[in-house]
Amino acid sequence: MIANSSIADAAQGEASGYNFAYLDEQTKRMIRRALLKAVAIPGYQVPFGGREMPMPYGWGTGGMQLTASVLGADDTLKVIDQGADDTTNAVSIRAFFERVAGVETTTATGEASVIQTRHRIPEKTLRADQILIFQVPIPEPLRFIEPSEEETRVMHALEEYGVMHVKLYEDIAHHGHIATTYAYPVKVDGRYVMDPSPIPKFDNPKLHMSEALMLFGAGREKRLYAIPPHTRVESLDFEDHPFEIQAWEQPCAICGATDSYLDEVITDDQGGRMFVCSDTDYCNTRREDMA
Amino acid sequence: MKRPQLERPALLKARGIQRLYGPGKGCEEIDFTLHQGEVLGIVGESGSGKSTLLRVLSGLEKPDQGQVIYHPAEQGCAGVAGSDAELDLYAISEARRRALLRMEWGLVHQNPRDGLRLGVSAGANVGERLMAMGQRHYGELRAAGQDWMSRVELDPERIDDAPQTFSGGMQQRLQIARTLVTQPRLVFMDEPTGGLDVSVQARLLDMLRTLTRELGLSVILVTHDLAVARLLAHRLMVMRRGRVVEAGLTDQILDDPQHPYTQLLVSSVLTP
Repeated sequence: MIANSSIADAAQGEASGYNFAYLDEQTKRMIRRALLKAVAIPGYQVPFGGREMPMPYGWGTGGMQLTASVLGADDTLKVIDQGADDTTNAVSIRAFFERVAGVETTTATGEASVIQTRHRIPEKTLRADQILIFQVPIPEPLRFIEPSEEETRVMHALEEYGVMHVKLYEDIAHHGHIATTYAYPVKVDGRYVMDPSPIPKFDNPKLHMSEALMLFGAGREKRLYAIPPHTRVESLDFEDHPFEIQAWEQPCAICGATDSYLDEVITDDQGGRMFVCSDTDYCNTRREDMA
Repeated sequence: MKRPQLERPALLKARGIQRLYGPGKGCEEIDFTLHQGEVLGIVGESGSGKSTLLRVLSGLEKPDQGQVIYHPAEQGCAGVAGSDAELDLYAISEARRRALLRMEWGLVHQNPRDGLRLGVSAGANVGERLMAMGQRHYGELRAAGQDWMSRVELDPERIDDAPQTFSGGMQQRLQIARTLVTQPRLVFMDEPTGGLDVSVQARLLDMLRTLTRELGLSVILVTHDLAVARLLAHRLMVMRRGRVVEAGLTDQILDDPQHPYTQLLVSSVLTP
C-alpha cells in the first residue's frame, strides 16, 4: 500500500504544513519495521515508539498511527466504529486523514484498500488486497489475571497459558456457559494467545484463515501485533463447552439479514425495540440490492 | 526372598549452598540429601535463613554458590527407583525450571493469600495447575476440584465460593488442595500452620500427615514450631545464623539435643 519513498511530496493534502498522513517519515519507517516483525511472529506483541496524536488515548491513537504508516497516496480509506461509518470516532478519523493525507475515503467495504476499525470486522469477506487495522485498548490478554508486565512476558515466552482457561472456567462456574462475549481470547498459529481487541466473539471466526492482513495497534500501551493472511486463529474453549458465536431469534429489522451481527436499538420509552445490522454498509448494500 | 529397600533413592541434593544478603544474613554451607518419601524439617529462630534456603531449594532464588540437584521422575516407573538423571536446578533453562515447579513440585506459602488467586472461585484455584498441564475438560476439572476439596476436609458444595469467604484455616487447606491436585513428588512448605489457632493447627497437621503418607510425598518443611516438626518431620535440620548447627532424626534431636543452641531451643518450648 506504500507507493514509494516520495509519497511525502506525492500528495498535497487539504491541510498544509503537515507531512503526508501526519507522522514524519522516520516515525512511519519505525512503525513499519515493527509491523514487519509483527507479521513475522503472528500474535506477538511488538513494542513501538508510540507518538502523540492530536486526540486522547482511548480514541484510536494506536490504530491511527498504523493507518498513517501503511497509507499511500493512491489508497482508499474506510473507517468504522462499532460497525458504523457515521459515528463520531469514524467520522473524525476519516476527516483527519482526508485533511492530512488527502486520500480517497469511502464507506463501501469492497472499495476500500485500508480499513481502520473499532470493535467490529466488516460482514463482507475481505480480500487479499485489503488491510484491516484494529484500535486496541488493552493488548495484553493475560492482564486481568496477571497484573505484572514482567511476568506476562515470561508467560508468553514460555507458553504458560493455563491461566487463560481459569477465566473461562470462572465464566462457566458462575453463568453455566462461557459468558465472555467480546475480546474473546484466541490462539494464533498454535503459539501466541492474543486479545483480538474488543470485537464481539461473533467476529472471531473471521480472523481464521483471512485473506486480508490484519494489524492491531495500541497507542497508550505502545504495542502492535498482526495476523498475516491465511493464519490459523482458534478461540480458546473447553472440550465439553466448545466455542460458540452469538445468535439472534429475529433477522435485521431493516434489511432482513440473518447472518450479520445485530444491535438492539431502543425506539421509544414504551419498551419498543428493534434489532438492526451493526455493519451499516452491509445493511445499506443489501437494501439497495433488494430495491 | 525380597528384601526391603533400605536406602531410598535420593530426590534432592543440596551441595554447598550459599546465599548471603550480608555477613550472617542468609544461608551458607548447606549440604544435605533428601530421599524419596521423606519429610525433612528445617527449624530455627526468625532470621536464621530458613526461608532463604527454601527459596533457593524451590528454584525461586539463585544461590551465590553451590548446586541444587534434582532427580526427575522417570517416565513409567515413577516412585519405584530414582533415575540416575541429575538436573542441576540453576543450570537448566528457566522454561524447564518453571515446568518442573508446575508439574513435579509444589509450594505451600505461609500466607494462603500468597498462594491462592483471590479473584477466582475455589474450584478455579484447585483446577489451575491442571489447566496449566493441558486439561481442557470442564466436567473433569470440576470433579477433580470437588474430590480434592473433600480430601482436605472442605465442603465440596462451596466449590464456586470465593476464597475470601473462607476462614484462615480453610484457605490454607484450599492452598494445599491446589498444590497437591497434580500429584507432585516434592512439596515445599513454609510455615504451613503459621497464623492458625491451635485446634485448627492440630486438624491441619493431622490431615497433612495422612496426605503425605497416602501419596508418598517428599516434603521440605520450614517451621519455627518444634511441635509441628515433631509431628510431621522424619529428619530435622536446626539452623542458626545461616548455618546448619545440628541435623539428624527428629526424635534424636528433640530428645537428646547436642548443640547448645538446640538445647536452648528445645528447652524454650512452652508446655501448658
